[in-house]
Amino acid sequence: MDRAAGAAPGGTFMCMSEKEQRRYSGLYTLCQADSSGKLAPGKVGELFRASQLPADTLHQIAELCGAKQLGYFGTGQFYVALKLLAAAQAGLPVRLESIKNELPLPRFSDMKEEAESHFHNHSQNSETQSHHFGLPLDSTPRAMTDRRGFRRQESSAEKKEPWSPPRSPCGSPPASPPSSHGCSLGTQRNGAEAHAAQMPGGSGWVHAQLETSSPSHSGNKPHPEHTSVGAPVERPGEQDAGMVDYADDPWRITEEQREYYTHQFKSLQPNLGALILGSVAKNFFTKSKLPILELSHIWELSDVDRDGALTLTEFCIAFHLIVARKNGYPLPETLPLTLLPRFLEKDAAPSRTANEDVFFAMSLAQQKKDPPLTEKTEPLIFFGETEPGLRLQNETDHQMHLSVMTLSKQDLREEPSKSVFSPKRIQVTTVQDKPPVHRSTEKPDPPPELDPHVRSRTRPRSYSSASIEEAMKKTEEPPTPPPRPQKTHSRASSLDLNKLFQQSGQGLKSGHLLPPPALPPRPMATQIPHFISGTDKSSQKAVQQPNFADFSKFQEEEENAIQAEEQNREDAGPLRTPPQKPVRRKYRTESQVLDSLQPFPSPSHPLTGSKPPQKLSSRQKKEIQTAIRKNKETNAVLTRLNSELQQQLKEVHQERVNLESQLEVLRPVAFL
Amino acid sequence: MMTMLGGEPFLLVSKQEQQNYPLYIRSVPSDSELKFHYTVHTSLDVVEEKVSAVGKVIVDQRELYLGLLYPTEDYKVYGYVTNSKVKFVIVVDSSNTSLRDNEIRSMFRKLHNSFTDVMCNPFYNPGDPIQSKVFDSMVSSMMVQTC
Repeated sequence: MDRAAGAAPGGTFMCMSEKEQRRYSGLYTLCQADSSGKLAPGKVGELFRASQLPADTLHQIAELCGAKQLGYFGTGQFYVALKLLAAAQAGLPVRLESIKNELPLPRFSDMKEEAESHFHNHSQNSETQSHHFGLPLDSTPRAMTDRRGFRRQESSAEKKEPWSPPRSPCGSPPASPPSSHGCSLGTQRNGAEAHAAQMPGGSGWVHAQLETSSPSHSGNKPHPEHTSVGAPVERPGEQDAGMVDYADDPWRITEEQREYYTHQFKSLQPNLGALILGSVAKNFFTKSKLPILELSHIWELSDVDRDGALTLTEFCIAFHLIVARKNGYPLPETLPLTLLPRFLEKDAAPSRTANEDVFFAMSLAQQKKDPPLTEKTEPLIFFGETEPGLRLQNETDHQMHLSVMTLSKQDLREEPSKSVFSPKRIQVTTVQDKPPVHRSTEKPDPPPELDPHVRSRTRPRSYSSASIEEAMKKTEEPPTPPPRPQKTHSRASSLDLNKLFQQSGQGLKSGHLLPPPALPPRPMATQIPHFISGTDKSSQKAVQQPNFADFSKFQEEEENAIQAEEQNREDAGPLRTPPQKPVRRKYRTESQVLDSLQPFPSPSHPLTGSKPPQKLSSRQKKEIQTAIRKNKETNAVLTRLNSELQQQLKEVHQERVNLESQLEVLRPVAFL
Repeated sequence: MMTMLGGEPFLLVSKQEQQNYPLYIRSVPSDSELKFHYTVHTSLDVVEEKVSAVGKVIVDQRELYLGLLYPTEDYKVYGYVTNSKVKFVIVVDSSNTSLRDNEIRSMFRKLHNSFTDVMCNPFYNPGDPIQSKVFDSMVSSMMVQTC
């Protein structure tokens, strides 16, 4: 196909704009009967007649473009002819000169235009014409690119023709729909065309992939009354939007569809909150001409509360299923995830956020794995902060966590238990409950199947299933932010600790996880020696290092002996602030050093006190002060930690004692 | 009338009012189905007898459940009638002793619930054979349970 230019008979070079090219090539394929490059004169003639120009004008055009001389319409002639048609329709005289200017596209009756939208040229079409131009109806690119429409045009060209005859009976429909549904879309239709368009349009807004299949399919099932009632609202205008809006899911209801369904609901029952009775719904859906068996099945799927009537949500589900069925989709055995009433009711607010789509899309199932997995590590950090009563239970939980760090069913077990364990952890549970939803997206059956599953698991724990269901429902809300930030809020007591931990770095956590023996990174080494009974010398040395860094400038000015004393004194300084016990220990073990320091602190202090003002700048003082402050903070943190660990130790001891006593009780029996 | 043959075989047939034609028949083993059909039909007489014998105005669950209609050679027949005179009949293999009365009752209750769901469907005309997939799946699950 020669798109670049049309060669006029006189050899004038003709430039065509892009959209002209597209349109013309589309029309060219329309009229092409054989592959020889010639256009079927009959079809060309029909096309010309569709332009609604007087016959003599058409003759003129035909002459001008050179077809008469050649005896046929070649590509160039055809393009020139089209341009002349446009010119004639624009009111310009039929001359070759007139086509050299920019022209709007030629208008053919019942063809949608890109540039203009008219309602004229109605109802004059014979079927023969209509079936040529029927396809441009749904090919009009509305919001989307022309190319799509063009492709659609071509692909459905053949399919339109076979089923054009069935459309003639459709000519009867009430005239009200086109007017009532304020064709703001500005589509040209006549009665016969309306239905033809509705079907491909209807298909369009279900799924883009239905492009080729739907026209033929929907052509087989004309349902004038049903679609006319439902009317042209969505259709071809929407089809493009539909293609864009949709994920690959034909079971998702778009906004336009939802509005349409709501509109239909209103037509049946003005009160949106009320129910549509079964008989009313039956009459309505029977118009869709689906077999009764299928309608019955659709009813069973959509009437979830089994009351014999349809709420708005149920109505939407049913309608959507009908539409899908009409477009060739097999009816599912159970409601797809996106058609669940829960989902739809939540979605009743017009804006369907991307989050929701993301949340429910199966493709994101994997992503959901990560947050919950990372979430699992958090309880470990909070190990020390749980209330005493729950601590043991949490311990077992955490052990379970440690043992099974996968998204296995154990997660489900743990989550419900945790969800009830500590009310404070509500936020944590919302995140942790993502796996249930995640699983539900994985499973073919929707969450209702999951509920009994989870419920049955938690029954031995004697929790009400309501909490789980609540938690489940929470997960259906738009996804909560990533879990990490929440861990700061899950326990009040952990707040400061957590921040401090984060400030102090990862080392503390690891040090905390592996209790005492391992030496955490240096900054904390200063404090942790409090807990460690051994290696005080080394800790002392470690202790010296940060202080050494802090007082680097200070030490340079002092003698080495005094430096060592200073370091030790400084170390002892912050050490004095924590509770007595660790300090005592420190004193005990480092008695030599400290004893030597004892006499020194007071003299050395004023000594250092006197000297610094002269030599230390304020900057150094500030450095020292900040270092002291930091050390004090970490000190406080560690002491708190220490106390809690002590408490845990006590409890463990208690347990041990209990077990031992039990053993004692049993032992004599064994001996006997 | 709905009859259900249980134990190994399960058959479900529902019939209605005076006509007593089956609305639904289902059995697990495909063989000897005819025998169960026959059993069901003959048991209808017993059902009628019980229904007429009741004669009370108040109809409650217990009276809906007719209990063991009669034990024959190797199977037992249980009956149940709904308020709309739709009869359910279950035929159970006698070798299946694990089925207790309560279980049969619960089965009938489930059947009744599913049946009302089918009835609620506006596209279902009372008197048509029941073609609901939901109903089918429910019956299948029930039969699998008892087998």
